Amino acid sequence: MAKELKLMKGNEAIARAMIASGTDGYFGYPITPQSEVMETLMAEKPWEETGMVVLQAESEMASINMVYGGAATGKKVATSSSSPGISLMQEGLTYLAGAEIPCLVVNVMRGGPGLGTIQPSQSDYFQSVKGGGHGDYQLYTLAPASVQEMYDFVFDAWDIAFKYRNPVLILSDGAIGQCMEKLYTRDYVPRWTEEERRKNAPWGTWGKPANRPHNIITSLELDSARQEVFNHKLQAKYAEMKEKEVRYEMLNCDDADYIFVAYGSSSRIAMKAMQMAREKGIKVGLFRLITLFPFPTKQLADVAKHVKGILCVEMSAGQMIEDVRLATECNVKTEHFGRFGGIIPTPTEVLEALENKIIK
Amino acid sequence: MTEEIIIAGFGGQGVLSMGKILAYSGVMQDKEVSWMPSYGPEMRGGTANVSVIISDERISSPIINQFDTAIILNQQSLDKFESSVKPGGLLIYDPNGITHEPTRKDISIYKIAATAKAQEMGISKVFNMVVLGGFLKLKPIVDKQYIHEGLEHSLPQRHWGLIPQNEEAIEIGKGLIEPVQVL
Amino acid sequence: MNQDIEARKQELLNQGYTEVYTKTKVLTDAVMHYCPGCGHGTTHRLVAEVIDEMGIQDNVVGVSPVGCSVLAYNYFDIDFQEAAHGRAPALATAVKRLNPDTFVFTYQGDGDLAAIGTAETIHACNRGENITMIFVNNGIYGMTGGQMAPTTLIGMKSATTPYGRRVDINGYPLRITELISTLPGTYYVTRQSVQTPAAVRKAKAAIRKAFENQKLKKGLSFVEILSNCNSGWKMTPVQANKWMEDNMMPNYPVGDIKVDGKLVENVDVARLAVDHPLSVMQ
Repeated sequence: MAKELKLMKGNEAIARAMIASGTDGYFGYPITPQSEVMETLMAEKPWEETGMVVLQAESEMASINMVYGGAATGKKVATSSSSPGISLMQEGLTYLAGAEIPCLVVNVMRGGPGLGTIQPSQSDYFQSVKGGGHGDYQLYTLAPASVQEMYDFVFDAWDIAFKYRNPVLILSDGAIGQCMEKLYTRDYVPRWTEEERRKNAPWGTWGKPANRPHNIITSLELDSARQEVFNHKLQAKYAEMKEKEVRYEMLNCDDADYIFVAYGSSSRIAMKAMQMAREKGIKVGLFRLITLFPFPTKQLADVAKHVKGILCVEMSAGQMIEDVRLATECNVKTEHFGRFGGIIPTPTEVLEALENKIIK
Repeated sequence: MTEEIIIAGFGGQGVLSMGKILAYSGVMQDKEVSWMPSYGPEMRGGTANVSVIISDERISSPIINQFDTAIILNQQSLDKFESSVKPGGLLIYDPNGITHEPTRKDISIYKIAATAKAQEMGISKVFNMVVLGGFLKLKPIVDKQYIHEGLEHSLPQRHWGLIPQNEEAIEIGKGLIEPVQVL
Repeated sequence: MNQDIEARKQELLNQGYTEVYTKTKVLTDAVMHYCPGCGHGTTHRLVAEVIDEMGIQDNVVGVSPVGCSVLAYNYFDIDFQEAAHGRAPALATAVKRLNPDTFVFTYQGDGDLAAIGTAETIHACNRGENITMIFVNNGIYGMTGGQMAPTTLIGMKSATTPYGRRVDINGYPLRITELISTLPGTYYVTRQSVQTPAAVRKAKAAIRKAFENQKLKKGLSFVEILSNCNSGWKMTPVQANKWMEDNMMPNYPVGDIKVDGKLVENVDVARLAVDHPLSVMQ
């Protein structure tokens, strides 16, 4: 399939990007508001065209462990879910991180806690970047803010996942998942050939040839001393990501007196509030996080040096703000504004919050 | 040009698909677009609404609370969204089932008796296109040829035979819309 | 290390020794951590022999559980994945779906397969995944120190049933093998044991059949191996095997349950799955 111009929902974009990026397998379980991902895949029948395997599992636990098994053979394997389902996957995610298995997990967040609502939310920030499962591990976490980014980040995810042998999380929410926007699709990347798989994933378990030792995929180490050495190795990998793989976008930050810090759909709302503020003569900029881990600590700290205040906009009770305050070492007035439980803040509310919490 | 629109009515009135056809037409004309539905339990049998933005520039928020145009197809939606039209903006409504007329003085108001007309002509299936035609008469933000392409992309190929009927309905709507209050 | 052993073997043969027993090359030289007398060592060897005899060492992936056999990957000289507790059938499903020409097997214990992993077990079986599942049932959680398993017999003592398993508190032992035999996705379901040379030979034939079925793409083959857990049961290996024959086998009868996709005629699965097991406290 060639490059095309389409109007598409964010969830559908994820599914189509999986097919187009040469993904070998998808394993999922239905949950609102992301069921369109698997529905699109099933309707598209990629197994006929690219050979991609798509399977509806019996639970999110099964899905994430199918990702583990499939991805451990050195193939590109993905799953998607929404907040309660992602909670169920945390065991699998820590095993994937511990066994250094590249894979892609998409969370289209909804309101919580518990079963919560099915409307958009961003209250899984802590779960995503502070280690939702046990142990010291990190997921490379991308936060798309448009349908185009939902699509493009799937391609980017595979590069990062295999470069670092690490799971990648695309952290989206119901607003971007359900929203339709203009999308440029890309040329298909063919699925890896057998030779490419072996070259790109020499650690994979696909059947031991006589001329190499057997490959083992495990996160178990009975010897604490060796576990510590391994943990240092993981930390070095995360440090390298912090050094090389940070992504963010700055809008109107150069002359800004105040900035919004936001990611995903909140950053779109904040962008509108920024435009409204500028119309009123208030110099506001937007610092949009694209990677939540690694967090753009240095870059945000630099911007914060010449502003009078920061408003963190997040559909949560205030999670991302902790990392913002750490980055700026609390050197500038920083407040949180958010709606949660599935309520999306309006641009007007965001602007009022800036005026009331920061400017006044 | 940026046009921020809310289309609201009952589920089943073709609210979401009207928005999609408009948005897809915008895409075909290489404009920036967004289509943001309300979703969730309220979708099932109750009211449905969708925000559509068509712009020459990068769209900031697909989620908005102030609109250039509100296209209103039932009383609940009129009650909910009349106040969300920007001062100087446009409100279009179908008088079918409306018991309390809009009261704003700072916006332009038009009505389009699309329900009645569609019933009369036996074209209830393309009722939403009659309404879209009325809107496009007042705000021709997308060219006619791109509406055709928008229809092609929005409808499954097996329904392409219905495109002429849809286009006809748009033309009917253009003739049907009438001013109530013009600023 | 393998070469050292080969050299040593050759040296001994040259001195006039006769070869009566040799390690299969599909097992590594790692020293197994299993308790002497446990059935895992024998079962590992049988699986390894079958892989060797079928010539598939370069085209097989094993999935180990959490439990005593968690380290199975150290003992098999084949590519191996270590699953989270209970999830081995999910891993194996994906390995097979993505690599349909590769042989895939899980190797699980009773806690892993029939308690925490029940859902994964049943659904992999019900989908008829073209894999082999090896299920070692010793009626107890060995690795964590002898707690009650889903297959612990009524009246049987364990660390968490110190006065014996009680139906009113703990419910009934789960006959997962009979249960999955009723699913249309299972093609071959059998229960074997490894406490005597004759039983070992039968068990090996069953494991071979389970792998041959996979080659023929017949669906899921499931081999339960009854084993003792002499340390968990707090007996000598000989006592434990005797106890297994006297107590486990009446509740978990050995033999084929489903062959070539059909329930074996004289096996009353319904009765086995439903009837209350006997008490073992005598």
